[in-house]
Amino acid sequence: MIVKYLPRALLYAVLLLAALFFLAPLYVMLATSLKDAEQIRSGNLLSLPATLNFEAWQLAWSSACTGVDCRGLRPYFWNSVSMTIPAVLISTAWGAVNGYVLSMWRFRGSELLFGLLLFGVFMPFQVVLLPMSQVLGYLGLSSSVEGLVLVHCLAGMAGTTLFFRNYYAAIPKELVNAARMDGAGFWRIFWRIVVPMSTPILMVTLIWQFTNIWNDFLFGVAFSGADSKPITVGLNNMANTSSSVKSYNVDMAAAMIAGLPTMLVYVLAGQYFVKGLTAGAVKG
Amino acid sequence: MAASLHIAGIRKIYGKDAHAVEVLKRIDIEVAPGEFLILVGPSGCGKSTLLNIIAGLEQPSEGELRIAGKNVVGVAPAQRDIAMVFQSYALYPTMSVADNIGFALEMRKVPKEARAKRIAEVAAMLQIEHLLQRRPAQLSGGQRQRVAMGRALARDPQLFLFDEPLSNLDAKLRVEMRAEIKRLHQVSGITSVYVTHDQIEAMTLGSRIAVMKDGVLQQIGTPDDIYNAPANTYVAGFIGSPTMNFIAGRAHSMPHGSRFDYQGGGVDVADSLTGDVRLGLRPEHIHLADSASWRGQVALVEPTGADTYVVVNTEAGAVTLRTPPRVAVRVGDAVGLEFARENAHWFDASTGLRLDVKGRTH
Repeated sequence: MIVKYLPRALLYAVLLLAALFFLAPLYVMLATSLKDAEQIRSGNLLSLPATLNFEAWQLAWSSACTGVDCRGLRPYFWNSVSMTIPAVLISTAWGAVNGYVLSMWRFRGSELLFGLLLFGVFMPFQVVLLPMSQVLGYLGLSSSVEGLVLVHCLAGMAGTTLFFRNYYAAIPKELVNAARMDGAGFWRIFWRIVVPMSTPILMVTLIWQFTNIWNDFLFGVAFSGADSKPITVGLNNMANTSSSVKSYNVDMAAAMIAGLPTMLVYVLAGQYFVKGLTAGAVKG
Repeated sequence: MAASLHIAGIRKIYGKDAHAVEVLKRIDIEVAPGEFLILVGPSGCGKSTLLNIIAGLEQPSEGELRIAGKNVVGVAPAQRDIAMVFQSYALYPTMSVADNIGFALEMRKVPKEARAKRIAEVAAMLQIEHLLQRRPAQLSGGQRQRVAMGRALARDPQLFLFDEPLSNLDAKLRVEMRAEIKRLHQVSGITSVYVTHDQIEAMTLGSRIAVMKDGVLQQIGTPDDIYNAPANTYVAGFIGSPTMNFIAGRAHSMPHGSRFDYQGGGVDVADSLTGDVRLGLRPEHIHLADSASWRGQVALVEPTGADTYVVVNTEAGAVTLRTPPRVAVRVGDAVGLEFARENAHWFDASTGLRLDVKGRTH
């Protein structure tokens, strides 16, 4: 009996350990954010908060100080929202159209183009910081949310194109041919035939891009101005502001606020993420 | 609405220079209005490429293509007024059956009521009314096939193209759908071009058959022509099941005609034949005859129900016979074979081309 269940028990033990490993920091953050300063100083890092105290969250959201600016994370949060939403939508749509062309309307050199595009996926973004800031300067988009949107669209396009191109490569070419014979053109085929088949990969790409762009620090810190800093930069600055007493509970609450949207997206759309990643073939 | 189709000097070359592959080598075919032309050949013979060129999905490297007299080279597929049934059916997976059938009409801006009426007509013709609200994934193979037909029928095109439409169906359904396609063609009278590698489909459906191999048109003719007067050994061997028996030998002149000698036998021929020749005999034209001088030993007896195929090893090689079902031979029996001279096909041994010889009805 024991021999029979041992492998399974071991399997669960390993999985449980892995889950614990990843959940522990989250627990510490959440627990600390709900404690007051007193309890943090006296207590154990892993202890449960004595009372549910949302004061730190309140502070982090609207009145914690970064330097002399005491507006909390709120302005950065909205900067991030107004940067992430357009950047995610545009880069995803862009990748979908690129993938559609590269898989279904191949032309002379399209494979080469795709190969070059793949460099964009592997390229470390530090390489483009200087030229990008030049370009933003030429375009008059330096230090603006619009500039960040542009940067994220360009940086994400290679990855989104890869996703869509590989997904669409599995759609039978005959489907496009049938639509062409039926009289549909390039865009009509895209909207009526291809996009309706794209739900899984659309979800994957949206989640992927949302996570990348929301969590981005590099571009945020390099290209934002005083009024366009995203939440990652805001969080960093707030946590690094030196004051007499370190308010760990406020820092943790701020980190939670910064991380919540991505967690929410995974919870809401995570099932599509797994489905999309595993759905290789589309049955015609 | 039946249109003619004129294919003249069509070539298709992939790649260039040293890597160039000529897939179609100057194909000329005339299809009369209302005809049902079959393109048949082994995989890789270029038949599907030719079909795609007719459809406009690929462009010919050279040559002329006319539909109803109008040159269509360079014209987009949608403007050619052609409907095509694909091997994989290529039904739009996210649309209902009704939307699939109506899609081409919608693209042509047919008003909604007229569209609905036409969809209903087509559905009735194909007996798929009960499936109209379903998605393709919820249909069986045969039903998908019908929907694909319906989509092609819906807009009453000038030309129908079929790309091996029955190859994904099981044997029983294939026979059913074959009859259905024939019926629909008779009802609609629309000029059709049908690609297949199945010779039974070719023989039963076609008003004419074009046999292709390696990008070259081997022969084009009625099923009767193709079967009874194959232009070369390739066509003779490709069409007909079991395949034609070929017997190699030498012919020499005689006072009245000539004589063909092969290992283990010989036959007088009314016409003058000389040199290395191959004799072609269909399995149904060889008979068992105890007294015959051409002898052999039975190697295999294959009953199929309606006929029994008997394979006999002779000195000239293995020969297949189509015999009545209850033939009284067993493996190992020594038997005699005979055939009527007028049923013999003669081919040049080196070129494989048909030699026309008197004394045949065809």
